[in-house]
Formats: sequence, C-alpha cells, structure tokens
Amino acid sequence: METYTLIVLLLAATIRVATPLLLAAIAGLFSERSGVIALGLEGMMLGAAFASAAVAAVSGSAWLGLVAGIVTAMALALLLAYACVTHRGNQVVAGMAVNIMVAGLGPSLALAWFNLGGQTPQLEGVGQRFLALHWPGAEAARAVPLPGLLYAELLSGHNLVVYFAAVLVPISAWVLFRTRFGLRLRAVGENPSAVDTAGISVARLRYQAVLISGALCGVAGTYLSTAASSGFVRDMTAGKGYLALAALIFGKWKPYPTLGACLLFAFTDALATRLQGVALPLVGVIPVQFILALPYVLTVLLLAGFVGTAVAPKAIGVPYSKEK
Amino acid sequence: MSTPAKLPRWAELGLLPAINLLAALLLSGVIIKVIGESPWAALKLMADGAFGSQESVGYTLYYSTNFIFTGLAVAVAYHAGLFNIGGDGQAYLGGLGTGLVCLWLGSWPFWAVLPLAVIAGAVFGAAWAFIPAYLQARRGSHIVITTIMFNFIASALMTWLLVNILIKPGQQSPESREFAPNATLPGLHTLLGKIGIPFTSTPLNLAFLFALAAGVLVWVLVWRTRWGYALRVAGQNSAAAVYAGIRPSRITIQAMLLSGALAGLLGLNELMGSQHRILLDFPAGAGFVGIAVALMGRNHPVGIFFAAVLFGALMQGGSQLSFDMPRVNRDMVVVIQGLVILFCGALENVFRGPLATLLARFGGRKDAP
Repeated sequence: METYTLIVLLLAATIRVATPLLLAAIAGLFSERSGVIALGLEGMMLGAAFASAAVAAVSGSAWLGLVAGIVTAMALALLLAYACVTHRGNQVVAGMAVNIMVAGLGPSLALAWFNLGGQTPQLEGVGQRFLALHWPGAEAARAVPLPGLLYAELLSGHNLVVYFAAVLVPISAWVLFRTRFGLRLRAVGENPSAVDTAGISVARLRYQAVLISGALCGVAGTYLSTAASSGFVRDMTAGKGYLALAALIFGKWKPYPTLGACLLFAFTDALATRLQGVALPLVGVIPVQFILALPYVLTVLLLAGFVGTAVAPKAIGVPYSKEK
Repeated sequence: MSTPAKLPRWAELGLLPAINLLAALLLSGVIIKVIGESPWAALKLMADGAFGSQESVGYTLYYSTNFIFTGLAVAVAYHAGLFNIGGDGQAYLGGLGTGLVCLWLGSWPFWAVLPLAVIAGAVFGAAWAFIPAYLQARRGSHIVITTIMFNFIASALMTWLLVNILIKPGQQSPESREFAPNATLPGLHTLLGKIGIPFTSTPLNLAFLFALAAGVLVWVLVWRTRWGYALRVAGQNSAAAVYAGIRPSRITIQAMLLSGALAGLLGLNELMGSQHRILLDFPAGAGFVGIAVALMGRNHPVGIFFAAVLFGALMQGGSQLSFDMPRVNRDMVVVIQGLVILFCGALENVFRGPLATLLARFGGRKDAP
C-alpha cells in the first residue's frame, strides 16, 4: 500500500477511536468546570453501553437504544449529583462507586435477561446499529488519488455519532464561553460563594452540569456498543473514561485543546494497532504497550508542569456549604 | 445543606457503618430479586459459602489478606489527607519485586528469601507510589489523577515485561516460570499442622499473619508515634501543621511511601503464597476494594480487619453463589462492592442527619451544638 493511503487510513481510524473519547471528555468538561470531579465517566459510559445495546437488541431500533443509553447515564449522573452535591459526599469515592457498581451490574443484568454469559445479543438486524453513512460520490471519489481518498475516508464513511461529536466541540465552546449559563457554570467551579451571593443556586447549576455530562456519556456509551461494535461485552469501556479524563486535563479544561488531546490519544491508539510487530527503521520494533501507555505518561508530565501548565478549576472537588 | 451532624463516638464508629452496610445489602437484595432469584436464598448461600466449612473459611481469609494490605494502604494515605487510588498499580509493581526475588534466589534457603521478598515487595510498591507523591508534594499535581495514570502505566509495563521478558520460554500464556519450593510461603494448614491443629488445605498462607502484623504496625506508627501525630495533623490541617513545625510536603511523600509499601505486600499473599509465579493482572482490583475496606473500617486497623474479612467473604461467598445460582454470576460481587462503597463512602451523610436527630431525642445528648 502506498504511504499516503496508509496515513489516510490511520487518520480514519483515529477519528473512530477519538469519538467516544471526545464525547466523554466534553462530558467531563461540563462536570469539572462546575467543580465536580468527573471520575464517574467510565461508569456512566459503561452503563449506557449496556442499556443501549440491550434496548436495541430487544426493540430492534438503535434510536431507542440511544434514548435508553442517555437515560441510564443521566440516572447515574443524578445519583452522582445527589451524593456529591446534595449530601456533599466525597466526589472521588462517589465516582469510583458508580464505576465499580456498573462494571458488575451490566454483566449481571445481561446474564439474567439474555443468558449469554454476561453479553447482550449480537446486533445484526437492520436499524439496530448506527452504521457508517456514505456521502454522495464517495465511492467514485476513491479513484481520485489524494483529495478523493480524503473525502471518502475522512469526511464520508462515519456514523452519525462521529459527526455529532465533531459539532459538539464548537457548540460546547459556545455554551461555556459565550452564554450566561456557561459563565455561571464556570464561576461555580471557580468561586461558588460568589455565585451564591449573586442569588444563583450553586446546587442547581452543579446538578445541571453533572446531568449534561451524563447525557453526553450516554451518547459515548451508545457509540461503543451500537456503532463501534455490535453489542455489549463485559468491561467494554476498558478505561476509556479515565483516558477521557486524562484528555480533559491534557486539554487544560478547554474545548478545542481537549479535542486536540483526544485526537492525539486516539492517534497513538491507532498507531499502536498498526505498529504491532512492525520493525521501524533505526528503532526496530516499538512495544505496543509503550505506545498505549503514552497518553498516561504525557498527562502525568503535563500535571507535573513539564509540558506547559494545567490549572484546574479552583473549587473542584470541594463540596459547597453556605456556612463557610 | 448544613455541615454534617456530629454523632457520639460509638455511633460514628459502629452504628452508622452498620446502617450504611445494611442499606447497601438491602439494595443488593433488590437487584438479586430483579434478576429473578431469592435474596434470602442468596444470602444463605453466600454465608455458607464464606464460613460454612474450614475450606471456605480458609479461602475467605485468603482473599481478606489482600484486602487488609490494600485497605491499610488507603488508610495511611487517608490520615495524611491523601487519596491513594493507585493501590492496584502499587500492588502490581510490589508483586513484581517479590516475584523477582523468588525467581532469582530460588536456590537460597527459605529464611533468607523471605525477608528479601518482603523488602522487595515493599520497596517496589513504595517506589511506584513515590513519583505521584513527589509530584503532589513538590509540584502540586493532583494525586488522585496521577495515581490513576500510574495504574494504567503499571499495567502496560507489566504486560510488556510478562509478554517479552519474564515469560517462561516455550509457553503461550504470559506467565513466569514457577518459583522454587523454598521461595514460596507455607500454607497456614501446614503451619497449624506442625502445632497439632488439623486444617484443610487452602490457599491461606503465612502472608495472612504478615497482614495482621502490618495492621499492628500501622496502628503503632499512626497513633503511637511522633511521626504518626505529625501525619494526622498534616492530614487534618496542613496550615496548622506548618505552624507546629511539621512539613506537610515531606509528610505527603513519607505517607505515600508507606502506603505504596503496604499495597506492594499483596504479592506475598497472591504470588509467593498462592500462585507461585508472576502472572497478568494478579491484583485483580484489590486496590479499589481497599478503598471500600478503608471506608467501612473507618481507616482504623481493627475496622479494616473486619471490613477485609467481610469483603473476603463476599469474594468467596460470591463464587459459591455463581456456582449454585445459574442466573447470578461473579459480577454480582462487584455490584455489592460498588454499593458498599457508595453507601459507606459517598452517601455516608444521608443517614447521619436523621440518626443524629434520633439519638439526640432519645439519648438526651448533653453537649449542645
């Protein structure tokens, strides 16, 4: 295969891997900007992946699956908000609790309902999955060397969720930085007592932020089980929620840099798959594990202040109390 | 919302955790009911599976040993005001240390291998905790995030080591060769047999006694030494600590080193005591269960011991459950673990207020708020 074809295919794989990461990272962005640590991304995504696959399998509709995924993830988000905002519980503990609980609950319910050893049935029917959309002329354009291939592989040929994730970035940038709601949301993550003094409910804003994050995780989870694969399997998020958190931090809690971080992390993932066992000139075979660990290492380096600086929202992780 | 209500000591340490645990178990029962099995039958099966025979008690305490180590690790960090989510990674690397000693010094006598294996486990675990600790203390990087990242880095590193370097030649699955017999810990049944007490052969081994000793050590260090006092002051109020001449950043590093060392000892039980080789993902989430154990046990060694036995019983009883109930699998144990963390940790204030009101009304509390 020619080099540029290889590169274009690598970029197309990057887009597919980046989509759930980006959705979850933007979900985390809303939550963390309001001052609630987004450690429950993994659990909300996994819950949505199970619910959407289960509903799509039973109803035969991917769209109903999407609704179920969003509702499930938002219910988990509500639980998180209830623990962290209403009862001012430890946000790290709450996130871990949801992650662990859902990791067990998905396979448990799947076994009881479908009796397939903790999986949901394969989604094979028409309309059960979000399939790739082919833009007009994409197949014909493939023949034209570079621009045609770029059009066919990068612009066309993805499913609806991918395009949604792409437009989500400018939308969330606009919501967070250009609307009154966004201003208040950011303020509540930096200085909640100032927001409270202005007569705006801190709890209400944080609930809204966490619920938005739940809804987006719902889309991300649905993507995993009904678009990227055909059904739910045990632990199918495989740490993507934590990787999204890392991307959010690497993106310094800003939408466009977060997009960049997601693409970078997804690229390393796609590259690792491509480079499996391939000897490169000069360096030889690079162990796949090293490439896969790269996002985590980069995030630690960033947090350590060796690659720029990342300043978290000031009030993050601190439950708000009027009395202090 | 007001600040959390204050409870009398006995209610804080005994009643509230019991109520939270009960709530978690009730909800677990509801889930089992939804799945279509009887919660009562499940509870009986689990209790029987966990404590019904010598064999089941042995397995329960064997699982508990891991959770004592990781629970103590979380607790020590907690007293210094730190959240160590990296127990899994530290246990993974600590096990590597223990395992390497057992692999390399297989020809040495047992009494020489044992202390080195303990030291190697502690040192490797502590070393893996050191970088996040240093970054938190000197560069202000959030330790929750860095320890999570280090779990993933540990996992990648260990996969690479096992697949490429430690793997036994000519073998498919990524495992090291088996340790020599004198580089393994004796089972507790052997030890008990020597003093004339018959006990069924189980994976329960000498590491259990090490875990108990670690609990005593933590109690002495945290509550009976000057260093422990400094640790708790720094954890409660780092500004006050500075005025008392304590350096919080130094305490942060020391506490995390101890925490990592404790988690690192998991390999003693799991590898040296039971598996007798290094294999993939042997911590199996024990670092996260340690969070639940520490929360339930109120970060005190005695509480941690009982909480660890409870979670050990869940693990062992859960496998019995999945064996006997076709509609329940081992994942149900994970659900219950999650619910316990939820109710004992994140939602612990839910019952606190009502309980305080109730106790104040009926107990006639004299100290006015």
